[in-house]
This record gives sequence, C-alpha cells and structure tokens, in this order.
Amino acid sequence: MTTSNHRDDELFANLSPIGDTELQALRDRLAARAEAAELLDVAYRTIDTPVGTLLLAATPLGLVRIAYDREGLDTVLSSLAAKLSPRILNSPKRLETAARQIEEYFARRRDQFDLPLDFSLSTGFRRLVLDALPDIGYGHTASYGAVAAAVGNPRAVRAVGTACATNPLPLVVPCHRVVRSSGVIGPYLGGPDAKKLLLNLEGAA
Amino acid sequence: MTDKQPFDMVVARHGASVLRVCRAVLGSVDADDAWSETFLSALKAYPELPADANVQAWLVTIAHRKAIDITRATARAAVPMAEIPDLPSGRSTDHRDLDLAKSLAELPDKQRHAVVYHYLAGLPYHDVAAVIGGSADAARRAAADGIATLRKTHPGDAGRTKG
Repeated sequence: MTTSNHRDDELFANLSPIGDTELQALRDRLAARAEAAELLDVAYRTIDTPVGTLLLAATPLGLVRIAYDREGLDTVLSSLAAKLSPRILNSPKRLETAARQIEEYFARRRDQFDLPLDFSLSTGFRRLVLDALPDIGYGHTASYGAVAAAVGNPRAVRAVGTACATNPLPLVVPCHRVVRSSGVIGPYLGGPDAKKLLLNLEGAA
Repeated sequence: MTDKQPFDMVVARHGASVLRVCRAVLGSVDADDAWSETFLSALKAYPELPADANVQAWLVTIAHRKAIDITRATARAAVPMAEIPDLPSGRSTDHRDLDLAKSLAELPDKQRHAVVYHYLAGLPYHDVAAVIGGSADAARRAAADGIATLRKTHPGDAGRTKG
C-alpha cells in the first residue's frame, strides 16, 4: 500500500505509542457523545452468564437482540448493521438495566423481565408467536402444538418451531419454555444444554 | 440493505492509527478532541459512505479537516504545537519520541501533513493529494522534503532501540 522504505517507517516507530486504556477511554467518550447526539442507533455489550457469553443489543426503543456466543459476535453485529443500522457501538450504558435483570434471573432473584423491547427484527406470524410466549410462566413449559393453538393456528406447529428458532430475544422472550409434546426438550438457539440449564434453573425440568 | 461493517469495527480497526495522525498533526493536547470529533462526524456520515470506499483515507480526510478546525479555533495557526516547547526533550515516560514530535511540529504544514498521511497513516500519495490538495507528485515532493528535514534533525533515530 505504501511506497515508504523501512528506514522511514522506523523513524516513526516511537513517535506515539498508544496504550489500550487510552484508546478505550476515547471509545467510551465517543459512545457517550454519540448517544447524546442521537447517533447511536444500536448499542451493544456482552455479559458472562452460566449459559456462556451473551451479546445484548438495544436501539433507542429497547432491547432488540440477545445472542448466544455460538451465533458469533461478529456475525450478529454484521447482521444488525445490515438489518437495522451500521451505526453500532459498544456502549454498556444503554444495556445496564437489561444486564442487571439477566444477572438477577440467573441468581434466581427474578422470574420475569421488565424491559422495553424492540421487536423490529420480527414480523408477521413469528412476531405473533413471540408475543404469546411470555404467557408461559416461569417454571412452566408448553408444547409447540399448544403455542400454535394459543395463537389461533393449531396446525402451524412447524411455524412455531421456526419462530422459536429465530427468536431475536431468547431468554427474555422465553422460547426455551417451548418443548416437544413427547417431553423431549427439543432444539434451542443456545444449544440443548443451555435450554436444559434454563429449565432446570426455573425448576421446570 | 447494506453490507457495511458495524461502525464499532471501524473504530477498532482504525482508532489507533487515526489517533497517531491526530497527535502528529496537532500535538497530544488537542489530539483527543480531534479524534473524538473525527469519529463522531464519521459515525454520522457512515450510513451514506459508499460500500467500496477506502475507509482509512476517508477517516484521514475527516481528521485533516477537524485538525484545521481545531487549529483555527484555538488560534494556534502560527504555532501548531504550542505545548511541545514546554516539554523536556528526549523520551517521555511512555517512550514517546518528543524530539521527533518537536521536529515534526516545526515542519511547514504541507510537509507535515504529507509526511504524516503517507508514512504514519499509510496512504498512497494519490490519496494524500486528495486530502491536502494538489497533485500526487506535489504530495510526494512535500513528503520527501519533510523526511529530509527530519533526517537532518533526527539522524540517529532509525538505529535507536526502543525504550
């Protein structure tokens, strides 16, 4: 890319060493200024939980995405950039309440979430299914068929499965409480182990 | 629909190099402000940036303008790095090369910009010219003149060991 020779590059080797902490401080300040200027369309952070690292993302309207580690942080952020806006920054502040409530949930001090949610990543029938999921209370499960019946389309069992598999807000919108009628817990975005852990935590399995 | 990277990745990839550029052009006191202004402006304009744009050159262009704004606002146009003469020479505690920073600050604006954007930011002369105006050849000459002066005032640097 450059035509500079090695000696001239070396001339600048020690001009301005930059530490990680000073760069991080600048990035934090940028996130705060972007938020104040209403330029931060998507704020994200990660949190460590018993089901692994979770990515939380929020628009100014509310929590828009929770992603499991296995989905790939970069993949998820790139997809948010394409579907919502590329104005995305790591900015834990907007996600403080969500992070705290999730932490309380894993500590068994919370059995439902009280957070503004942004459902712009879900439309149509999938959205309808997600709206119905919070009716399955903490510690309970429902079959895919029962959820299909609850949304007025008892034959749409498969579509309920798809809605759960593409739930942009797992955990908070409790698709983990939807199990197979045979009693087998079934697939999950975060993997079957995560689903089992959540149901155990809630005392439902 | 866009296949543009999340802006956070742009900051991760280019944050350090833009900070180096801001420091070299403005000095370390105003560099943080220039960095913040640059990335805030970039964030605002980012959705409209063509997907195939050279992001590094785009950021340097914005940083160049912000540096000029800051220089004018603080009325330091005649003494671009006013804080440097107050500092001791040699190396700062974080191994910053203060002698070189001082020499760089004393270069004529055009030479300093050409040197910084080519050698520090890694832009080809074609892009340097787009940032500072004039032709690629003029940018190359300005950078060569600047480097020659730095070599004169800073002869031993290339062989110096770190720390």
